[in-house]
Amino acid sequence: MIKTETKEEFNLEITSRNFTSTRNACKLCAPLGASIAFRGIEGCIPLIHGSQGCSTYIRRYVISHFKEPIDIASSNFSEQSAIFGGGDNLKTAIDNLRRQYQPAAIGISTTCLSETIGDDVELYIDQYRKSNKDESLPVIIHASTPSYRGTHLEGFQEALRATVETLARGGPHTDRLNLIPGFLSAEDLRHLKEILSDFGIGHTLLPDYSETLDGESWEEYQKLSAGGTTIEAIRAMGRAQATIQFGKSLKGLNTAATFLEGKFGVQSLTLGIPVGIRETDLFFKALKEWSGLEIPQKYQQERGRLVDAYIDGHKYVYGKRAIIYGEADFVAALASWLDEIGIVPALCATGACTGKFKETVLSGLKNCPEEPLICEDTDFADMLDTCRTMGIDMVMGSSKGYFISRKLGVPLVRVGFPIHDRIGGQRILHVGYRGTQQLFDRVVNALIEAGQERSAVGYSYI
Amino acid sequence: MIEILKDRKKQVFQKGAETGDRGIVCEKASLAGSVSQRACVFCGSRVVLYPIADALHLVHGPVGCAAYTWDIRGSLSSGPELHRLSFSTDLREKEVIFGGEKKLYAALTELIKAYAPKAAFVYATCIIGLIGDDVQAVCKKVQAEQGIPVIPVHSEGFRGTKKDGYKAACEALFRLVVEGGGQPGFPLSINILGDFNLAGETWMIKEYYRQMGIKVVSCITGDGRVDEIRESSRAGLNVVQCSGSMTQLAKMMEETYGLPFKRVSYFGIEDTAEALYSVARHFDDLQVMRKTEELVRSEVNRIYPEVQHYRKALEGKKAAIYVGGSFKAFSLVKALRHLGIQTAIVGSQTGNPEDYEYLKEICDAGTIIVDDTNPLELSRFMMEKDVDLLIGGVKERPIAYKMGAAFCDHNHERKTALAGFEGMLNFCREVYASIMSPVWQFSPARQRRATMEQTFSEEITKAMFST
Repeated sequence: MIKTETKEEFNLEITSRNFTSTRNACKLCAPLGASIAFRGIEGCIPLIHGSQGCSTYIRRYVISHFKEPIDIASSNFSEQSAIFGGGDNLKTAIDNLRRQYQPAAIGISTTCLSETIGDDVELYIDQYRKSNKDESLPVIIHASTPSYRGTHLEGFQEALRATVETLARGGPHTDRLNLIPGFLSAEDLRHLKEILSDFGIGHTLLPDYSETLDGESWEEYQKLSAGGTTIEAIRAMGRAQATIQFGKSLKGLNTAATFLEGKFGVQSLTLGIPVGIRETDLFFKALKEWSGLEIPQKYQQERGRLVDAYIDGHKYVYGKRAIIYGEADFVAALASWLDEIGIVPALCATGACTGKFKETVLSGLKNCPEEPLICEDTDFADMLDTCRTMGIDMVMGSSKGYFISRKLGVPLVRVGFPIHDRIGGQRILHVGYRGTQQLFDRVVNALIEAGQERSAVGYSYI
Repeated sequence: MIEILKDRKKQVFQKGAETGDRGIVCEKASLAGSVSQRACVFCGSRVVLYPIADALHLVHGPVGCAAYTWDIRGSLSSGPELHRLSFSTDLREKEVIFGGEKKLYAALTELIKAYAPKAAFVYATCIIGLIGDDVQAVCKKVQAEQGIPVIPVHSEGFRGTKKDGYKAACEALFRLVVEGGGQPGFPLSINILGDFNLAGETWMIKEYYRQMGIKVVSCITGDGRVDEIRESSRAGLNVVQCSGSMTQLAKMMEETYGLPFKRVSYFGIEDTAEALYSVARHFDDLQVMRKTEELVRSEVNRIYPEVQHYRKALEGKKAAIYVGGSFKAFSLVKALRHLGIQTAIVGSQTGNPEDYEYLKEICDAGTIIVDDTNPLELSRFMMEKDVDLLIGGVKERPIAYKMGAAFCDHNHERKTALAGFEGMLNFCREVYASIMSPVWQFSPARQRRATMEQTFSEEITKAMFST
């Protein structure tokens, strides 16, 4: 039985929104996103240029979700480095990383500290390359990710852009497809690769942490877990036929996809994250048109089963009201999906500040009988203050919204990142017909279960 | 083979190895580029002050530091739970350029009005000093306007190590202590320092003292309250656990109020018993001593048969310990002995030379002692020593699991009480459940270890430790 909180509450009287401070942030800082993206490159070790705490906190946070070792090094600033610059630390860090890990690549992301003192990381890297010019060096990628500018998602995208800027090369075009799926689960990445393989489309997925952050049990300890997009494949991205990137709000931004288009003429297509039938249809349609190949029967069947399930379950969900939160494009994808099954995404929230969140969410709503409340640059405390009187039936998002669901006495359907209070967050499938099927079953069952728990009768036959 | 970085070799020691009597090098900054398990100054401050449940904890800086420390500890409160919320000034580019004082002032004022805390701690993170915010002045102004202590905590991440963060926290706490200083003392009374009420541990320990007839004036900071801390100078003795973080405060109170302190540990049977006896001896009161003896006897009798039951299954197993503070490591070595488990590797993030000398004393020959280790080293040592169990925190857990070793979480995030006599039972149950699980039969690392007689040659070991 889900119980509502009975303890003394501090915030019962708070009704005003927009506190100057952020209370229970619905976002993380940019180096976290960059570090995850870098772990999606084969043999790449992330290095955070700043204080020791940044890398340790981020590791702890990421490990708690993926339940996998993730080594993130730190250049470990001291007071000296803060005054005289972090160049020496960065170079020592690269030396030590090369010695310990023999990495294929080092993915450097900067912190608020190194950005504020104005460290010229590009210069340091250049100097390092020059003073070690006789040695074979790992690829060194630098993403500028001060945490006062953007969230973990911007950090993620920035790392990807920096990666292709550093590595991609032009030349005669091949018939390959680049897919830049954004910050999805490891299971999502595996499924996307499966779809492209079933189509018979030669592809490069960037990043690909489907193995590095959700690997097998080992025979002996691995310095850097196996898997990831190879350096060679990233180099060849400049010669691909096209790039698909997921995330409607990326349109018009300077992303890895637009860089490849601008520099190498690799045509780019921006789609929504394929959650739900409508968005997945668009993805499959794009693959079909682009490749000239038929949609494999397996997926037509998955779609058919999903439609069948929608109909079987429609009465349990129609008119229910949900809160959804998380990264802007992920929330937009969830909103569009809830809309297509008849759930009202009554409150759509993100901690990010994209400036077009509302527009992105609204563009996916076709059936919703009311305009939902759509808040960007918000936080969990504001969400709770706002939603108490909204008649909410369900909360959907990362485990950080658990206290909202608990206060409201409604179920939380865990999706996205981070999932810190359950096992298998990295294996949640959100995308494609199959992912949607799993989400649909989970949502319907969560609503049925909530009703069952509330019932005095305790029916075992619904 | 995984190499120990040259500059780290002196931070590793093997008891009885030819490297002999040299001391272990410690208390130095982590190497750039090593994947240290340590955090930063901010972490040290935050971790100590976190459990004060009726204070506002506002993290001044960009959002990360507050986001990563939101509700991450198992510190329970018997009343208010303001400590479980995460407040950040969430500085943006504009404030980094033009300064964050105005935002800090507005944030503090609003939050104090809304949540009515008994005090506010303002944590200055990395860039605050750089952009020149006068946090002290803002705090002073808000304190005058709002009528509660508003205390700056100087915890810029790069200004030292986690230990410097402890110091900053102790200085902040001392400001509250001084506010109530000079009041008459209580007889037979103590403060509990350095217990953070993870999974209700402070409550268990308080109950022991209640049974002994000792009054607990304040708990700093487990289930902590601002008013209680203000009263703390009225106690007759400071009983300090987690000495790395809290000895500083105890020393400040000793200097100012002549309040003596004792370092104790509540982990394991001997150390818990010794903690209670040492407090009883301090007060030299027959009644108290008699009650303490009764308490210890009945508790030991209660738990001992069950501990023996686990020992039968676990005798001869080998463990690695890697924890934040070395005092906890001492207790764990002893607690494991009760289970017949030998400590093959032991280390901490923040131990000092005396701590490591003591570890050398209590450990068996061959034990590897490490300061500020990293995943590569730790996994290498675990492989070499063929350990069955790792005791550590969240960051160490996947290392254990990938190595096919059992794991016991002994860090701030755990939700199981491991202190006191009851805690010893929980500890044994957790260790037993993890080691005895049938899932290890499928672990490739475990299978490999089972089939290989001697994974690594002595030469390799020698090479690792040659200095």
